[in-house]
Amino acid sequence: MSSTVEREPAHVVIKRPRRMPIPLLGWVGIVVVAFWLIMAVFGPMLTPHPAGEVIDPDGFGPMVPGMWLGSDVLGRDVLSRIMAGAQTTVGPAIAATLLAVFIGGTLALAAAAVGGWIDTALSRTMDAVISVPSLLFGLVAVAALGVSVPVLICTAGVIYVPGAFRIWRSLAVNVNAMDYVSVARERGEGMPYIMRREILPNLLGPVLADCGLRFVFAVLLLSSLSFLGLGIQPPDADWGSMVRENLPGLIYGAPAAIFPAAALATLTIGVNLLVDNLPGRER
Amino acid sequence: MRPALAVTGFLLKRLLFAAGTLLAVSLAVFAATEILPGDVAGAVLGQSATPEALAALRASMHLDLPASVRYLHWLGGMVTGDVGHSLVNNRPVSELIGSRLPNSLLLAGAATAFCVPIGLLLGICSAMRPTSVFDRVTSVATLSIVAVPEFFIGTLAVLVFAVNLRWFPALTLSPRIDSVEGFFRSMTLPVLSLSGIIIAQIMRMTRAALLDVLRRPYVEMARLKGVVGARLVLFYALPNALGPIANALALSLSHLLGGAIIIETIFNFPGLAKLLVDAVSTRDMPLVQACTMLFCLAYLILGTLADIAGMLANPRLRAS
Repeated sequence: MSSTVEREPAHVVIKRPRRMPIPLLGWVGIVVVAFWLIMAVFGPMLTPHPAGEVIDPDGFGPMVPGMWLGSDVLGRDVLSRIMAGAQTTVGPAIAATLLAVFIGGTLALAAAAVGGWIDTALSRTMDAVISVPSLLFGLVAVAALGVSVPVLICTAGVIYVPGAFRIWRSLAVNVNAMDYVSVARERGEGMPYIMRREILPNLLGPVLADCGLRFVFAVLLLSSLSFLGLGIQPPDADWGSMVRENLPGLIYGAPAAIFPAAALATLTIGVNLLVDNLPGRER
Repeated sequence: MRPALAVTGFLLKRLLFAAGTLLAVSLAVFAATEILPGDVAGAVLGQSATPEALAALRASMHLDLPASVRYLHWLGGMVTGDVGHSLVNNRPVSELIGSRLPNSLLLAGAATAFCVPIGLLLGICSAMRPTSVFDRVTSVATLSIVAVPEFFIGTLAVLVFAVNLRWFPALTLSPRIDSVEGFFRSMTLPVLSLSGIIIAQIMRMTRAALLDVLRRPYVEMARLKGVVGARLVLFYALPNALGPIANALALSLSHLLGGAIIIETIFNFPGLAKLLVDAVSTRDMPLVQACTMLFCLAYLILGTLADIAGMLANPRLRAS
């Protein structure tokens, strides 16, 4: 306990007031994101109809009580499919985000702490990877490795490593120049200790906001791939693939393609609102 | 070093970096599409192929050579335009690309001509009165447009303009450039859907660049001398923001590439991006390779232009 108290000052760079009021838009973001996270966990259990069941033999049915958002191309309930699809939309995106942030963050901490040619080599490599448009990268990966959920997660993860690396590195380089890091170095601490105990705790705030944005990118990329028919494959469906399969109905004025796209829009805008209004974030 | 020399040096360095990146990308694309998917000859001939036929095809496709030799051969083909044959319909890849490229360039050109003036105008207007109602509304609108998926804007546009209002067709099977009316009928919806995100990007970056200049001391000085409003922004701030704005324009236009992949799919637009998506779903590797390299080339050109514009417009960077 006493050792924690002694180390405390080193972990606080700028003192911030304990409580900062969260603006209204921030609350909207929190509510929307929390809603979809709950849906991602419990959605498949809460659906009014089973997601794969045909309840309307004609397909592209209108919005009526019991089938609040109409029926889709095969006559399945759109509302149920959106609720169940939250899991396949949010899950892989979270996994990809964690992967990207873990790899990018570790490499960035190493680059900042070690410096020298390792830093230069890593930064140059990241610049090269970032010069490929993300959707193009995804298409080539799918062409080469085929479509499966692990491939999708790894692809999206790798695509967003350079972005995470850049943010983490620029933050870590600043922290690395602090006196207490030099002291730790003089003390003879090993590189893993300096990365983990001295630098990492001082990055957490800004890095969390970056995680949110990277999650939005991952959601957009994965659902774009699904929309192109190169992401989540049937019988599983995420919101992107639901837009794709219901696209033909648009010509008859059936809104089945609009609702999953709108669900995606609320999720991504919600995360943006949340991240922009995080307490203590400079605006 | 003399400024002119410094500029040449910078340009050379930037071009070298772009060329190096393109080479690295080509290596990655080749590695991903040639080495990983296994036996191309087997894929072409199917399961009933005899070993002799397989061996003969492998030899004719140079598959019996080591990967490094095949890479150099392939790279040479890319440079000279001989990019092989499609595995699906056996037509030369260059012919397939040649028939689609004009359509994609038309779409990109029309979108650029539409987006750049509107984006700049909106950006300048909102920078003139930051925190005004106009600025707030455009900020929220552009933030939302950037945050939502491109196919949301596209499908919404189809529902409103093609289905409910019946102004335009929902599909663009062939862009028509024979008449003005045909051009507008076939191109308006794809261009509109593609434009949303690009206008938003141009607007946000123009606004940020202008506001950054407006915070400088010399602008404060001009303000104290009584220069206000449009005159201050247009004649005092804008000239110094041109570099960052040109940079922002090039970066925003690189969103055309990703956007085109989605938009061409929604409207069944016969462009390069649709060709690429179809090639990926049929795993037609020569076509995937050629299209990917073309897209990366376009992306790199825009990125390099952005850097060069930013550098040339900044006297201090130019001199250092």
